[in-house]
Amino acid sequence: MKKDIILAGVGGQGILSIAAIIGTAAIESGLHLKQAEVHGMSQRGGDVQSHLRISDKPIHSDLIPNGGADLIISVEPMESLRYIPYLSENGWLITNTKAFVNIPDYPDYGELMKTIKSFPNHIALDADEIAKDIGSPRSMNMVVLGAASTFLDLSYEKLEEGIKIIFGRKGEKIVDANLKAIKAGKEFTKQYK
Amino acid sequence: MKKLLLLGNEAIGQGALDAGLSGAYGYPGTPSTEIIEYIQRNPEAKERDVHRTWSTNEKTALESALGMSYVGKRTIITMKHVGLNVAADAYMNSALTGANGGIIVAVADDPSMHSSQNEQDSRFYAKFALMPAFEPSDQQEAYDMPRLAYEISEKYHLPVMMRLTTRLSHSRAGVLRNSILEENKMHLPEIKDQFMLLPAFARKKYKHLIAVQKDLEMESENSPFNKYIEGTDKSMGIIACGLAYNYLMENYDECNYPILKIGQYPLPKKQIQNIFNECDEILVLEEGMPLVEEMLKGFLGNLKIHGRLDGTLDRDGELNPMKVRKTLGLPKLSSKDIPELVSGRPPALCVGCPHTDSYKALTEAMKEYGKGHVFSDIGCYTLGYLSPHNAIDTCVDMGASISMAIGASDAGFFPAIATIGDSTFGHSGITGLLDAVIQKSNIVIVILDNDITAMTGMQDSQVNGKIEQICEGVGVEKEHIRIINPLSRYHEENVKVFKEEIAYTGVSVVIPRRPCIHVFAKRKK
Repeated sequence: MKKDIILAGVGGQGILSIAAIIGTAAIESGLHLKQAEVHGMSQRGGDVQSHLRISDKPIHSDLIPNGGADLIISVEPMESLRYIPYLSENGWLITNTKAFVNIPDYPDYGELMKTIKSFPNHIALDADEIAKDIGSPRSMNMVVLGAASTFLDLSYEKLEEGIKIIFGRKGEKIVDANLKAIKAGKEFTKQYK
Repeated sequence: MKKLLLLGNEAIGQGALDAGLSGAYGYPGTPSTEIIEYIQRNPEAKERDVHRTWSTNEKTALESALGMSYVGKRTIITMKHVGLNVAADAYMNSALTGANGGIIVAVADDPSMHSSQNEQDSRFYAKFALMPAFEPSDQQEAYDMPRLAYEISEKYHLPVMMRLTTRLSHSRAGVLRNSILEENKMHLPEIKDQFMLLPAFARKKYKHLIAVQKDLEMESENSPFNKYIEGTDKSMGIIACGLAYNYLMENYDECNYPILKIGQYPLPKKQIQNIFNECDEILVLEEGMPLVEEMLKGFLGNLKIHGRLDGTLDRDGELNPMKVRKTLGLPKLSSKDIPELVSGRPPALCVGCPHTDSYKALTEAMKEYGKGHVFSDIGCYTLGYLSPHNAIDTCVDMGASISMAIGASDAGFFPAIATIGDSTFGHSGITGLLDAVIQKSNIVIVILDNDITAMTGMQDSQVNGKIEQICEGVGVEKEHIRIINPLSRYHEENVKVFKEEIAYTGVSVVIPRRPCIHVFAKRKK
């Protein structure tokens, strides 16, 4: 088993929480894992990405090579496309469709969606809207993780366990909101496929 | 035993703690910051009361660590690569005093300059100081190395460098813990005059340092972190240092070339000789500058050695699997280009950032003088160079804003403005301010006080609550230390304060004071 995943978004959108939960689930499943993340200057409202690699064999590089990623999981639509060079031929693009506009030259939204949908293997969902609908507006990132959950080759229960471990400190309410969010994302993918 | 999921930096922190650490010193700097942060929040460190607060700068950190080593305790000093320049005076001399309790100088380099002003390679400093160095290739080695590093440090009475680079510092993997060693008991150095560098002593110590090099080389020959891996295809041998080993192995299921994996310096000469004799060509893969390649090649250049110097590998920037793959002559994996409509999203000051309001007021006050008057410094506020702020003109090194403004003013340039953050002011601004006061320089120093070391992720600022007293103590006239509140509703007032201080002939300090919005949000919770 091997999954190479690019996580993408804008600084502050919560991709490191997604990484932490997948990472915890992977370790709990006895798998090897490497996860390179971005700290420092680029976090300030800029594009951020994380390379997450899971395997049942030892992993060498902390970085995924171009053309090697099985999945791009993005919490922002334009950012999902920035990492297309990493995507393997049969890889999947899973992205939130809610644009985060903090630059003057953000592309035309229609064109953006058209480009995303030109990839045959894609899941596009308005995770912000779904998170709002289920009453957990701050759990958009977990909705996206839920939408990607069936592609990870990790058991769903382990991901839930990951959420409990990572958010446990913040109290039951926050854990529950995130569990609800990941479930909503998973349901979306079930119907989309 | 269960594995811990740790960043490379955290693995060093845990490794040092488990190897009997008594004190961690450092100044925050990407990509090194998480070593101390990890120790700070570690419950065992708290229980043991391991020293773990930030220092004012890298030099004071290293000197404090020397003091802890002097009384026999194990210590670690952490910094980013350019921080070692600040600590260099203490660092170079620490190779002569050596260590009593073990010392690890942990330096994180930032090739490709993700968050830095240059990509200097700290291994050159280790070689320069004749100090042994460790370079982990993965998180487990980052955890394991401190233990051996302390052993060597105490065996040879020498500080030891641990060199990391961004990708290992900020990448997580599972790490298995070892047993936990007791901390050293306090004891003064047994070597008479060990920490006394009067020239007569220093000369002897330097001879000694040179003499132990052959022993350190022997340690490297026998190190578990230097490994010769046999291969059947001797047309090429590969020397891979630190992380570069991973990028090499990523590209092969099985590599047929002999490989020498390097994780401990000085270089193991016998092993290098071995691969050199055995193979027709030598490829050196190293993250950072071509240190090993240059040593092997020599000044006149041995044509059999390849790497970053002869262009076999890119000369600058960090390595990755693709660069190494290309160098090995392997076919490219098929991949698509970035769709054209994707635009850049550079980092920016956060919405609501106090610096935005400070810059807005300063820029308006400066309108009549044209561009090119604002010397700035290292921190979030360096982003004020970018649109829409376009508020500053220089960024060189910690503290340079004040000293550069002095120099420009000395040349008759007016107005000369310096903008510097509160933490940077504490780190390296106070000495510049003293210069300004002594010569009565005609400058305005803007100390952007957001209450925290923000860019590196919210570490305490050493000068918190003391800035006015420091300025006054250094000799700035009280009526020219002005505190303003950088909020848009005070914009007109703030512009006026800037204008008044620009008009004053002498040293003025304006302190726009408002907490970083992230600190503010945290406190509100």
